[in-house]
Amino acid sequence: MSATARDVSVAAVANARRRDRYSPIGWARGGGLAALLFALPMLAIFGAFSWYPIVRLVVLSFQHTNLIDPPTWAGLQNFRDVIEDPLFTTAVRNTAYFAGLALLFGYPIPLMAAVLISESRRLRGIYSALAYLPVVIPPVVGVMLWKYVFYEPSSVGLFNTVLGWFGFGPYGWLQSPGTAMPSLVVESTWANAGTTVIIYLAALTSVDRDLYDAASVDGAGLWRKIWHITLPQMRGVLLVTFMLQIIGTVQVFLEPFLFTSGGPANATLTLLLLVYQYAFGNSVGVGFGQAAALSLMVAVFLALFSVVFMRLTRSWSTT
Amino acid sequence: MKSIFRAMTLAVVVTAMLLVVGAGSMATAGQQAKVTISVAALRPGSSDEAKKQFNDNVALFEKQHPNIDVKATEYAWNGATFAAQLAAGRLPTVFTVPFTDARTLGEHRQVADITAAVKKWPYYKKFQKTIIAEATTGKGRIIGVPYAAYAQALHYNRDLFRQAGLDPNKPPTTWAQLRKYAKQISQRTGQAGYAQMGLNDNTAGWILTTVAYTLGGRMETGRGTAATATLNNKYTVQALQLLKQMRWTDNSMGATYDYTWPTINQAFAAGKIGMFVNGSDIYTFLVQAANLDPKIYGIAPLPLAKNKTAGVLGGGSIAVVRPDTKGAKLDAAMKWIDFFYMEKLVKKTAALRDARILVANQQPVGVPAFPIFNKKQYDLANTWIKPYINVPLKQMNPFLKGIFKQNLYPEPAASTQSVYHALDPVVQSVFTDRNANISDLLAQANEVAQKAIRDGK
Repeated sequence: MSATARDVSVAAVANARRRDRYSPIGWARGGGLAALLFALPMLAIFGAFSWYPIVRLVVLSFQHTNLIDPPTWAGLQNFRDVIEDPLFTTAVRNTAYFAGLALLFGYPIPLMAAVLISESRRLRGIYSALAYLPVVIPPVVGVMLWKYVFYEPSSVGLFNTVLGWFGFGPYGWLQSPGTAMPSLVVESTWANAGTTVIIYLAALTSVDRDLYDAASVDGAGLWRKIWHITLPQMRGVLLVTFMLQIIGTVQVFLEPFLFTSGGPANATLTLLLLVYQYAFGNSVGVGFGQAAALSLMVAVFLALFSVVFMRLTRSWSTT
Repeated sequence: MKSIFRAMTLAVVVTAMLLVVGAGSMATAGQQAKVTISVAALRPGSSDEAKKQFNDNVALFEKQHPNIDVKATEYAWNGATFAAQLAAGRLPTVFTVPFTDARTLGEHRQVADITAAVKKWPYYKKFQKTIIAEATTGKGRIIGVPYAAYAQALHYNRDLFRQAGLDPNKPPTTWAQLRKYAKQISQRTGQAGYAQMGLNDNTAGWILTTVAYTLGGRMETGRGTAATATLNNKYTVQALQLLKQMRWTDNSMGATYDYTWPTINQAFAAGKIGMFVNGSDIYTFLVQAANLDPKIYGIAPLPLAKNKTAGVLGGGSIAVVRPDTKGAKLDAAMKWIDFFYMEKLVKKTAALRDARILVANQQPVGVPAFPIFNKKQYDLANTWIKPYINVPLKQMNPFLKGIFKQNLYPEPAASTQSVYHALDPVVQSVFTDRNANISDLLAQANEVAQKAIRDGK
């Protein structure tokens, strides 16, 4: 390389470094300021209503407070109190049971519904709307409907009336430790399946129809098409909804709170209901520290679960 | 000339300054004199007549105290709402809490210390010691004004009694009789002969405690964090055995086992329950919010076992002030408590005024209560309002004749709600599991309650 050529290349590198060097004016001129201004409202709202409460929660989990006097530092005492509470084990067990049952019923049903709806050419819109309808009903109204119409324990309850025709019942659906949790799962599946059905329907539209035609030519029936084409093509969406379902069901609160208050005999006491009981139950405001500690434990568990799940399923996902 | 001009200018400036300062201070004095307080009013869902009755009282109070503005807000005591309102600084200036929670709130300084103001009242010394104790902290500070007390009672449906072939003027006087009546009502009318609150919101434990008291049991001994939980005493076992027999052997309790305070009252008013246990003062709620037909209503004292410790669990309501209330606002709050809750108990004119407003708005007058002051004062206040009493007194006779012969005992003093909460799952297990092991369940509940007491929760 000649001296001139070396000089030119040195100058080019120097220019490039100069360009890379951070300069506020350069950043502003380059559109950084405008981007920041656009993001500012979102940052302010998220900061005030999401991040600040999260930080407060973390701080509170290490404190004692009565909402009047300045909080005092409690170290890990709140976490110890939660772990030593016999109801914690009960709540973990119940939450796992709810999540497991919800997975069993709530995961395949929307998928089957979506596949069946997508097969229907003429009434697809109506079926989709019907599937989504429960999501539109306010959750509290939905729970009240199920509690006082379907699960009414006397013989006038809808389920008990139907079973009565065949000489069964009446059953106290929500009043027996054996049936209370499955009853909650059935209502929860009814209430939430619509959203997942819509997601699956959207995903199904992206599956190449030629694959089905090719499979038909090869003599594949409906089940083989679903197993060998639909499910593999949708695996990215299926994995994401699986993870979201676990996150959602571990945080179940509304159903046990409104249906049973955690009863009978703590059979439907879930982790978030226990958080509520710590914060608002008997101690009128002095159990906020324990409530925050348990909330943090649930959040950390779900975050870890999400990370591990994403890593484990990375190679299976198409997205 | 120049000096005269200077002097005049100075005088004008000084006068102007004085005028400005004077006007400012007058305005400030005017603003200080006008105080606004928010007060807890009726339960959400109360009838229009009940609302009008409350508003009439507010109007009269404001007329008597032109410098106080009263803002009424719908209110029902709820621990969850309280904590949220406390944290957000949105509690009304004056609100009410049950006996069950008042002391705990006072110990945590979550309501105002009103010792000095209460002691100034001329009738302060007339309070029954056991009643004012419900609003007094361990350090002797008064944190509320008890204004209504009740004894737990047996409420029964006279119509269902008749249909079952029972005499509605002769309610049961022993638990064995109650069990028999419940079975009879259930078999002959198809409705629940006896029902009991059973939700996991402390009400199940509260009513179990009530029944255990009538048999002679207590849930704890001692006070404060040094108290000992005694949930697994033989009387609680007996109370649960009785419940188990009615539920599983007699099948006389209907199909609903998760009643809570409002829902059991509503079911009773709807004619679905023969007998149930609740405070003696619920007639007002039954009429105002549950549309009760007064003709079906009957009330009796709870059956008591024949032993020295058997008694009736008492309860009541306490007017409290939000913790940050001070100065003129605190004065105004105390005046409202005196006017709205207390005067009618001690002053004839106030008692008559209150009764007239209640009657004009078709609200119950003469609901069975328990004396806040002494029995003599209670009887005197009742004679003042006798012409206005519109509750079915004849149907309340069994209670009114019997209750003052019974011993009234306060709720467990330490960690009251936690003790009840520990008992909730025990009641629910008996309701839902034919083979529930009562001794094991009570042993577990006792452990939970003891921990709560030790931690002061």
